[in-house]
Amino acid sequence: MSTELEAVLGKTWKRPPFISNQLLRRGLALAFVAYLIAAYLTIDINWSRVYEGLDRGAQFALAFTNPDFTSRASDIWGGLLESVIITVAASVVGILISIPIGLGAARNIAPLPVYLICRGIVAISRALQEIIVAILLVAIFGFGPLAGFLTLSFATIGFLSKLLAEDIESMDRVQAEAIKASGARWAQWINYGVQPQVMPRLVGLSIYRVDINFRESAILGLVGAGGIGATLNTAFDRYEYDTAAAILILIIVVVMALEYISGIVRARVQ
Amino acid sequence: MPVIEKNGDTIWHRRTTKQSLAHSAMWLVGLAIFAYCWQQISNATTWFFVWDAPRIASDIWTRATPPKWEYISQLGRPIWDTLNIATLGTLIALCLAVPVAFLAARNTTPSALFIRPVALLIIVSTRSINSLIWALLLIAIIGPGVFAGVVAIAIRSIGFCAKLLYEAIEEIDEVQVEAITATGASRWQVMAYGIVPQILPAFAGIAVFRWDINIRESTVLGLVGAGGIGLQLSASLNVLAWPQVSLILLVILAAVVISEWVSAKVRGAII
Amino acid sequence: MLKLKKLVKTYRTGDQALKSIELEVPEGQVLALIGPSGAGKSTLIRCINRLVEPTSGEVWLGDIELTHLKSSGLRRARREMGMIFQEYALVERLTVMENVLSGRLGYVGFWRSLTRRFPQSDVDEAFRLLDRVGLLAMADKRADELSGGQRQRVGICRALIQNPKLLLVDEPTASLDPKTSRQIMRLICELCTERGLAAIINIHDVALAQMFVQRVVGLRFGAVEFDGPPEALTPDVLTTIYGEEDWEATIKKVDDDGNEIEAAE
Repeated sequence: MSTELEAVLGKTWKRPPFISNQLLRRGLALAFVAYLIAAYLTIDINWSRVYEGLDRGAQFALAFTNPDFTSRASDIWGGLLESVIITVAASVVGILISIPIGLGAARNIAPLPVYLICRGIVAISRALQEIIVAILLVAIFGFGPLAGFLTLSFATIGFLSKLLAEDIESMDRVQAEAIKASGARWAQWINYGVQPQVMPRLVGLSIYRVDINFRESAILGLVGAGGIGATLNTAFDRYEYDTAAAILILIIVVVMALEYISGIVRARVQ
Repeated sequence: MPVIEKNGDTIWHRRTTKQSLAHSAMWLVGLAIFAYCWQQISNATTWFFVWDAPRIASDIWTRATPPKWEYISQLGRPIWDTLNIATLGTLIALCLAVPVAFLAARNTTPSALFIRPVALLIIVSTRSINSLIWALLLIAIIGPGVFAGVVAIAIRSIGFCAKLLYEAIEEIDEVQVEAITATGASRWQVMAYGIVPQILPAFAGIAVFRWDINIRESTVLGLVGAGGIGLQLSASLNVLAWPQVSLILLVILAAVVISEWVSAKVRGAII
Repeated sequence: MLKLKKLVKTYRTGDQALKSIELEVPEGQVLALIGPSGAGKSTLIRCINRLVEPTSGEVWLGDIELTHLKSSGLRRARREMGMIFQEYALVERLTVMENVLSGRLGYVGFWRSLTRRFPQSDVDEAFRLLDRVGLLAMADKRADELSGGQRQRVGICRALIQNPKLLLVDEPTASLDPKTSRQIMRLICELCTERGLAAIINIHDVALAQMFVQRVVGLRFGAVEFDGPPEALTPDVLTTIYGEEDWEATIKKVDDDGNEIEAAE
């Protein structure tokens, strides 16, 4: 029997902890618990109000079994159509603009000044949430779908350009260089050396973004930027749960359909 | 890729005539749809306001600058609330997402025929609906306040976390699970020893990723009355107090940047 | 001690992996299962501890029939059978010690295993086994930090800590280099002798099998084609198992090679 073995026999064994410094480990655990308690105490839940609400919650859940598509049919279908229109237009414009910006934001094909400008645009677009952009654009352009359209186009640019740029930066250099070596111009080089490599993912991401855009378009109406959100907001304000349930079901169905289509498209391009 | 003989020359085209016709037709239909959409948007727009937009934008800009810095003293509590909404909402969502994910994953679901579809329905329905809409709904049910925000964020995050988690569960190495099963371990032990260690890194990554997103989302929940800094934003917008609005937007921007930084750091440390 | 009666496995695709296998393994015997890929070696081993459900037939371990056991009975039976895998099958993100102790899961309740509070006797036994295979110093390393040979040793410890009567060994050397393969095979066979364990070792390296085991069973298309001592493996026999090939060179070379290594160590 080796001496090392004798040393450990009869001793209890414990799994080595994730953070080896005991002080740090206990400190972090304590801080976390303290935070949770502090957070809970400041939330200030009005339990009696919540209790009253359970009733309405049950009503709402019931409304899902009996959604009302008819009594506000024109509002619902009009709103849904407007949401779809905003989604389509914003996706098309957003994707078209995001391609040059994505090219510009890829360090391996763009010169530094262009790179910085494009990265700046991407950063701004990603940092501002859709709803805040929508508020500002409604203030500037007035109520209506134009503000929603611009909002989603802007958001699409941030999303797609970033991913496209990352894709281009991580592409296979050799393939692209082979095209360059054949004496191609810049545009030809992009078309033959870069595009084939990033196209499948770009298509997949674009479809995914259409899906996101539709989901976002459902809330633009809350701030007056068009789409089904306004109808939904009105339904909640009037406690018309069955109409609200109908709208929510429609949104879920459209999102599911879009996810299904995007699954098929992505499988085909890859 | 067809090769056509024409006047004795061999010409290569990328597509056959039929293919290229179908291709053009598709582009035409796409263009027509876009034109229709654009026309609808255009019809619903008061173009007078749009032409006036540069003037209004510069007007708002002059009013909004400089931000009202001293207003920050009133933002402490809303920022704290925002942080709580995001953090507690994420924690609740994770607790609920774990069982849903196990029920939804093909290799761990107790019944692929009955339970899996239900779990998938929960995932898709909570994911498709924006947290602002959940907040609207919850405010109608349990009244305005931070709690509605927490619950809204929690519900919205369930589907997101559960989807990523069940995909991680479906990708685990089955042989490791087999090895644990072969020792005579029970169903729960197989889960604790064979499955959980394999998905733990993914779980931690998802948690931090979603927390980052939730910080963003909780900054605007106040717009519909669900607590946090959005309440101040909404109030300032209503009275057109632009210097306050610009300060709040700066604070939100800072919060987003910081949370993204924290999440990137933590993910880097885990993986 | 282990008895297979008319064991049949037909996969849902219609592939008949095992055609009425009859096999008896007495206590303490180390048996090598050879045969071409797809002959049903892996399926046979997995049908014994029911990681794969056999379609029909009986599996007797001692005086217990395994194919009809319900889940708790099956768990108890699985404790008696240690399994060693081709790609080690360690839980990579757990420590070496946790991997070894996971062999005791069949004996320990859920909460104790969740909080890693194994009985002291199990912990001591785990340390002893790790010392026996020369990995005591690695006890708190994560499994994915180990080399292939080290991982397989941990896999062996995990199987042995179950205190089994039978070892089911599925291609233990397939992912290892020739030298480590021999070391691992020797270790497995030594441990079997030390503890009087029976073992079924599923292996495609005929030479390696001949070096270490007392009995060889050849499988082809899910049926037993050969059953006898390693010396009886003639080129003719190998041809019936694997198909036509020049076996003379393989067998001879292996013998020389084996002696050489034996002498060198």
